[in-house]
Amino acid sequence: MVSVTSWGRLSHHAHCVTAFTSGAAVADVIRSTRPGLAHGMGRSYGDVCLNAGGQLWATRGLDHFIAFDAGTGRLVCEAGVLLGDIQRLMVPRGWMLPVVPGTQFVTVGGAIANDVHGKNHHVQGTFGDHVRWLSLARTDGETLTCGPDVLPGWFAATVGGLGLTGVIVAAELQLRPVPGPWLATETLVQADLDAFFFLSDASDAGWEHTVSWIDCLAGDAGRGIFMRANPVEAGERPEPVARTLAMPLVPPVSLVNRLSLRPFNLAYNALKKRQAGRAIVHYQPFFHPLDNVRDWNRMYGPKGFYQYQCVVPRAVGPEATRALLQAIARSGQGSFLSVLKTFGDRPPVGMLSFAQPGATLALDFTNNGGRTLKLFESLDAIVREAGGRLYPAKDARMPRDLFEAGYPRLAEFLTYRDPGISSDMSRRLMGN
Amino acid sequence: MSARNKIVILGATSAIAQHCARLWAAEGAGEMVLVGRDAARLQVVADDLRVRGRDMIISTRVADFADPQKIQAFADEIAGAGPPDVVLIAHGSLPDQAACQSDLAACREALEINALSPVLFAEAFVGHMERANRGTLAIIGSVAGDRGRKSNYVYGAAKGLVTRYAQGLQHRLAASAVRVVLIKPGPTDTPMTAHLKSQGVALAPVEAVAARITGAIARGSLVCHAPAKWGLIMMIIRHLPWFVFRKMDI
Repeated sequence: MVSVTSWGRLSHHAHCVTAFTSGAAVADVIRSTRPGLAHGMGRSYGDVCLNAGGQLWATRGLDHFIAFDAGTGRLVCEAGVLLGDIQRLMVPRGWMLPVVPGTQFVTVGGAIANDVHGKNHHVQGTFGDHVRWLSLARTDGETLTCGPDVLPGWFAATVGGLGLTGVIVAAELQLRPVPGPWLATETLVQADLDAFFFLSDASDAGWEHTVSWIDCLAGDAGRGIFMRANPVEAGERPEPVARTLAMPLVPPVSLVNRLSLRPFNLAYNALKKRQAGRAIVHYQPFFHPLDNVRDWNRMYGPKGFYQYQCVVPRAVGPEATRALLQAIARSGQGSFLSVLKTFGDRPPVGMLSFAQPGATLALDFTNNGGRTLKLFESLDAIVREAGGRLYPAKDARMPRDLFEAGYPRLAEFLTYRDPGISSDMSRRLMGN
Repeated sequence: MSARNKIVILGATSAIAQHCARLWAAEGAGEMVLVGRDAARLQVVADDLRVRGRDMIISTRVADFADPQKIQAFADEIAGAGPPDVVLIAHGSLPDQAACQSDLAACREALEINALSPVLFAEAFVGHMERANRGTLAIIGSVAGDRGRKSNYVYGAAKGLVTRYAQGLQHRLAASAVRVVLIKPGPTDTPMTAHLKSQGVALAPVEAVAARITGAIARGSLVCHAPAKWGLIMMIIRHLPWFVFRKMDI
């Protein structure tokens, strides 16, 4: 047994970890050690990747590429391959993953199981939109291959299926052609929430990537920085030197607190304002700004932190977002990373896919126990009222009724569950 | 590593060997011969390397790892098509020490796969390399071979044999252009050590270990500890006086 935590470092329970050493061995391993749960990089924030006291199947050993067609950009690989490894190999060949989340240190299997999104949802949708097929091992010994047109029910259940329908062993991904690793970016000062929604709508047609950082200490104003970008042919340029900083230890108290937040937010605001305007930026710092700080999650101290990410329908987006920011400002608990963006109108791929048309707000909160949970209750009320939902990949505490209300296809999903797979999250939100 | 090299890897499905091969594929090696016992697993490794490297000739070979005649014939055949630039001998398995003590068959198997087999392959290839007067032969030993410890001395003894063998080979070839590199990895995060990880042993990332190894092979270093800190740690452990060492639970 070994202690395993997730990115939020909220719990440190013992798990029995069994590593997959080859794709061919997956079926035998899961049949002989079930019940269990596939676990990749442990980069989800809450309990979706945990199975306290039980079995975890480590997927990182499934890190082989299987085939690549340089003409069509179709890549077949095992599920433990990291998104960053795909980018590093394929960008020099003129191909890139169409959708990447905030960190490149996640596995392909994890990206599918959480149906992750990036800053370009209005153009490219979610990760699952670019999966042509995947192979899924069930704990009863069966292995099936599914895709948008083959066993589409299994595919829709597995994309965004939180690892609960089986173990994803391999997948074929459709990459997209790019002129190189560079993005043409524009950084704008966003005076308030209205400005955000205006900029966001105005950028949808001409910009692939849009995202906004909100200074959540400025109350409900929604003051912040709006960033947008497009891939660009920028010739040969020196690539940024990977300067990896690291958080070497867990500080005794969270470094994110009332004393540090205001100066940080002011400084970040000032820095970004100074950078306002157009620039050519490498994709890595733009897509994955925190990947250069190894173990940054330790900054929140021994009790860990929560991330709260919700999406609310576009029609009520401005009011609901304002209400959320108000509640956060009132609580006096704030976040370094308050990210606001809009999702496009495409229908979700998976039955439990998070992304839906609307506005999504993501915030980190130091775990201050009851005080933090109380704040979440007031945020939940706003999300529930707005007809929105929370992102399971980030969640460690949402109430079951909010999950059920936010995911109307849950009952259909449950028919595809693998009875030999269970997680802390599935027990919390689905009863088993 | 200059382009168009011919690299032969024994035990090509081992995690350390695979990561070395990935680095060579990225650098643009010309030809790789992957040798192992399991054809299906070799195929997985070969497919992976074909995606990672472009314009490489990759072949897979299932070989006998015990029979001296078959090993010699195999080396003759591979070298007959042109002497290899790099031979990496990476096969081995980490035996359960308790099993080796209670079951002599397990003990013998551990010695055969970790000591005899690597030596036979090295001897079979090195003659060809000596005649061609070029190439680098790299053998994966272990820090465990530096001093016998109760927790895994059968494995340690096998790796210690590899160490002495490599030293002798280096001496023999000192005047030639052939390089012999002895690699001593510390505990590395691979499937072979998965059970150690669950016991809380700190393991080095296999990518970093592989980068040290390919660097040492490119330079033709005599000995390569991977990660480097193990050079210092093992120097201390080798020199600990008996009255201290005997009480240590290692």
